[in-house]
Amino acid sequence: MDRRMKLILTIVSLLVFILLLWLAESYMDPFIKRILNVAAIYVILGVSLNLINGFTGQFSLGHAGFMSLGAYASALLYMSPALKATNFFIEPIIWPLSEIQIPFFFALLVGGAIAAVAGFAVGAPCLRVGGDYLAIVTYGFAEIIRVILNNLQNITNGPLGLKGLPTYTNLYWSWGWALFTIFFIKKLVDSSYGRALKSIREDEVAAEAMGVNLFKHKTLAFVIGAFFAGIGGGLLGSLLMTIDPNSFNISLTFQIVMIVLLGGLGSITGSVVMGVSIAFLMELLRFVESPMTIFGLTIPGISGMRMLIFALILVITVIFFRRGLFGQKEFSWDWIFRSKRRNAE
Amino acid sequence: MSPDVFLQHLVNGISLGFIFGLIAIGYTLVYGVVKLVNFAHGDVFMMATFFVFYGFTLFMMPWWLAVIFGIVVTILLGVGIERIAYRPLRDAPRISSLCAAIGMSFLIQNIATVVFGGRQKSFYVPPSLTTTFVIGGVRIQAITIATIVVSVIVLLLLTFLIKRTKMGLAMRALSVDFDTAKLMGINVNRTIAFTFAIGSALAALSAILWALRYPQIWPFMGVFPGWRAFTAAIIGGIGSIVGALFGGFMLGMVTILLVAFFPEAAGYRDAIIFVLLVVILLVKPTGLFGEKKSR
Repeated sequence: MDRRMKLILTIVSLLVFILLLWLAESYMDPFIKRILNVAAIYVILGVSLNLINGFTGQFSLGHAGFMSLGAYASALLYMSPALKATNFFIEPIIWPLSEIQIPFFFALLVGGAIAAVAGFAVGAPCLRVGGDYLAIVTYGFAEIIRVILNNLQNITNGPLGLKGLPTYTNLYWSWGWALFTIFFIKKLVDSSYGRALKSIREDEVAAEAMGVNLFKHKTLAFVIGAFFAGIGGGLLGSLLMTIDPNSFNISLTFQIVMIVLLGGLGSITGSVVMGVSIAFLMELLRFVESPMTIFGLTIPGISGMRMLIFALILVITVIFFRRGLFGQKEFSWDWIFRSKRRNAE
Repeated sequence: MSPDVFLQHLVNGISLGFIFGLIAIGYTLVYGVVKLVNFAHGDVFMMATFFVFYGFTLFMMPWWLAVIFGIVVTILLGVGIERIAYRPLRDAPRISSLCAAIGMSFLIQNIATVVFGGRQKSFYVPPSLTTTFVIGGVRIQAITIATIVVSVIVLLLLTFLIKRTKMGLAMRALSVDFDTAKLMGINVNRTIAFTFAIGSALAALSAILWALRYPQIWPFMGVFPGWRAFTAAIIGGIGSIVGALFGGFMLGMVTILLVAFFPEAAGYRDAIIFVLLVVILLVKPTGLFGEKKSR
């Protein structure tokens, strides 16, 4: 199949996708729309974490921390001064923030940029050392950000969080960003930078010997990952209409790590498929936490059961199906048509 | 601040430092032998307190028996985790075993949440440990002294075990050169299982000491002590037992003295520890007692 054909196919499917988005946004019920929005945010988070963990072979556990930075930074910029005044009733918000209000899109960008800067500050020291330090340091970083957000009363409103945020996030915003994330990271991975990243994953020493600047490339991947995590956090804050500092905990990071591992370390397709699946599974599996009757036996609802199921799936996947659903394979038109032809034969 | 109060904080810092040190040794031993950050270590720590708690309340054991029961079950848990999750991945790429460790941590936290419930439970503290002694104007709780005494005994035993026994020799050999040690006829599986057993026993012991000091237990209680202890291990130089102990002391002191001198900054103590860690990584990545990195 030639290039032009593929391009046409891609454009057509994108148009169909936008049409579907429009249909969903106009006619679907709010509950389904909310899950679709969450799915898009999971896609953004999964794909961006995959850039760090899957393509570069470093292991970050800081996504929740970067998300919370993005969520707070963007919310404090797009909230109206009046709304901020009502939110900060214990201690008023500090001066420049109390007056500023900028459009949602720019607020998101600033949120992402702040997450990226934090990513550089955290990542740079550990990436120089390499190895497992990044995992443990980012793990600590995410928890500490949470503690700091709880303590900075006059900037973040402390443990009260932010409430009554305007709902800007809709399917266009969330899926628009998701598509941009996929496009950007796919382009990056296929570029010379991407080849350098993959070479670092396969063998650091060999990559360095070939002239790859380890520190520069690792930091690049890490900062880009943090940026998109910040964007995802900003979208999530506006979708949920509240920001609770304690919701950005280690369980949230685990969910995203799970998306990456189940989808396959180093497969964008895998992260997209698992991001959407997990968003739906989270809702579908709600029943396991409600009381139920099996063969006349009544089991009271146990909260936390869903996460236990996910954790079990994760551990089993890691031990027995190390490559995840897609391994390092990606979706492509060739792949679809080839398998079709094979089926026809 | 009067010298009495300062001494009091110093003793508190030393005892907290021992607790961090014991957890950190658990990390460092495992890392030394299998080169794996055992993410589940903090959760093994948490489980130990629950084993003691249930041994005491559910099985009506006397307190000392509940403690022994807790330590034994924790050892089984630690060895079991190694057997189920880490051993099958020993020859896999390092990132796989890291994923397994993270997965196990996630799994244990969630099992604990489902089985034990997410609410805080209060840990039984024997009345004899809450009495306060006054020595020359310095007020010291019995648990503080008990922590120091127990830690010193355990550390002496550990030193003997590592320096003087065959198993200790095997552990040291594996940590220096895994493949050569294997060729010399060291039973790798048994030695690694033994390392995990010791690490878990230390985690259990420090968890009990911790819970006697802060008697609230819940499924996520292992996250911060575990993380701080790992930080201690890195500061001291991962793989070095003396370093882990030293790092633990340093963090214990920082934590206590910060709360003592700047109570308003107490909420930021983990942030300060974090900055300390980042600075150490920048200045001396192998830690204070670490050997030169050879990879």
